[in-house]
Amino acid sequence: MLQVTDLAKYYNEQPVFSNFNLHLPASRFQVLLGPSGCGKTTLFNTLTGVTPKDAGAITWQGETVPHLGDLCAYMHQKDLLLPWFSLMDNALLPVRTRSGDMAAARNRSGQLFLRLGLGGYESHRPDKVSGGMRQRCALVRTLMFDRDLILLDEPLSALDAITRQRHQHLLLLLQTEFGKTILMITHDVDEALLLADDIFLLSPMPMTVFRRFSLKLPKPRAFDDPELLHTKAEILNHLEKGGVS
Amino acid sequence: MNRSGLSAAALICLLLGAWEGAVRIWQIPVFILPPPSQILETAVLQATVILPHAAVTGAEICLGIFLALATAVPLAIAMFAKPVLEKALSPFLVASQAIPVFALAPLLVIWLGYGIASKVFMAWIIIFFPITVSLLQGLKSCDPEYRILFTLMGSPFFKTLALLYWPWALPQFFAGLRVGVSVATIGAVIGEWVGAQQGLGFLMIQSNARLQTPLVFAAILWLTAMGLFLWTLVGILEKKIITWKS
Repeated sequence: MLQVTDLAKYYNEQPVFSNFNLHLPASRFQVLLGPSGCGKTTLFNTLTGVTPKDAGAITWQGETVPHLGDLCAYMHQKDLLLPWFSLMDNALLPVRTRSGDMAAARNRSGQLFLRLGLGGYESHRPDKVSGGMRQRCALVRTLMFDRDLILLDEPLSALDAITRQRHQHLLLLLQTEFGKTILMITHDVDEALLLADDIFLLSPMPMTVFRRFSLKLPKPRAFDDPELLHTKAEILNHLEKGGVS
Repeated sequence: MNRSGLSAAALICLLLGAWEGAVRIWQIPVFILPPPSQILETAVLQATVILPHAAVTGAEICLGIFLALATAVPLAIAMFAKPVLEKALSPFLVASQAIPVFALAPLLVIWLGYGIASKVFMAWIIIFFPITVSLLQGLKSCDPEYRILFTLMGSPFFKTLALLYWPWALPQFFAGLRVGVSVATIGAVIGEWVGAQQGLGFLMIQSNARLQTPLVFAAILWLTAMGLFLWTLVGILEKKIITWKS
């Protein structure tokens, strides 16, 4: 369980956000949704410790931590596979960088390869396989972080419709099959609606959560679901007003 | 051979033919401009004279390249790791390129003597810069999203360097090395011109003074061949090492 209390970050004395609060129960899929330029990237960097926070507390499983850099795995819309390594070596990177038990990791990663339909492609380089296989390999790498919390940074927004559909299923696996707790940051309403249990709407300057939606629709969801479209209209309406109501 | 290779070979043949023809038609004296056929003849027949000199120049170039690699690679990495260091050093690096290295050659002979050291140093100065700059640029060109990935993996700097930055920078490193080895001959020869007892540059000066023009050209031919050989060698090495498509 993740708890963020009164988190603050300033740029030139101006708050990007101050008193930012967030509560993320275990095994839940939560999405922070805000317009471009509202400070999402800054929030992401502050949470992960890429830039230091100016105030506030982050607690994970009841313990106060400086940031989530050592506690979360990270998945991006790009697969971020290294072209000079085989798929297996790419998947094992998180273990290799922390000097973990490579033999055990190789074993586990091999099973995940089989589970995700990558069996037999372990020694292939990323440029020799399809985009979908690369994404599945990136998913195995995310799992090899061996962390319960996963941060997603606009994972679907730049993808075409077909790839997006496939990728959506893949991301849901993280929650349904592997029981991960997921925090996603995005400006894309559609990807939020397809994946989220909870959506938090963000307003800019300083960034605050001004509205919360909980979606009970079963996943995977269809774009044309009437309830989804209804919620989408409501969210867009709120975002347009930008929390000024 | 591919099309561009064929057309390049055809162009060279045409130029050499014109040269040969011009020398014969206008009966240009050999000490002013020898025909290509005679240059080639000298380069082959006088090989016993040229070869020991070529070996010395070759050694100077190779030592220069080795020295440049041994200094440029750690420096580029240090400047990449500590931006403060880059800020402090880059004006000096740029300024060092504004100095005409030819002007340094006589001084180097005073400081380091007539032996091989001054030539190696000269080659080193010339090769060092392109390797450092292109390697640094290569390291800095790494995509920030990959950096974040490695940061979140908790990867220590030297691990990230080995697994991410270094392979990422390899194409640019090789581009710099290619430039470096192709100008390396210049450094060595200038060093030899100013003061030496052996080497192809020394041979050229000697032959020039004796109006043995074919031997001057033969030495140039050998130098060119050595430069091309190194250039090709770097290309082969690059192909062997970079087996992936970015």
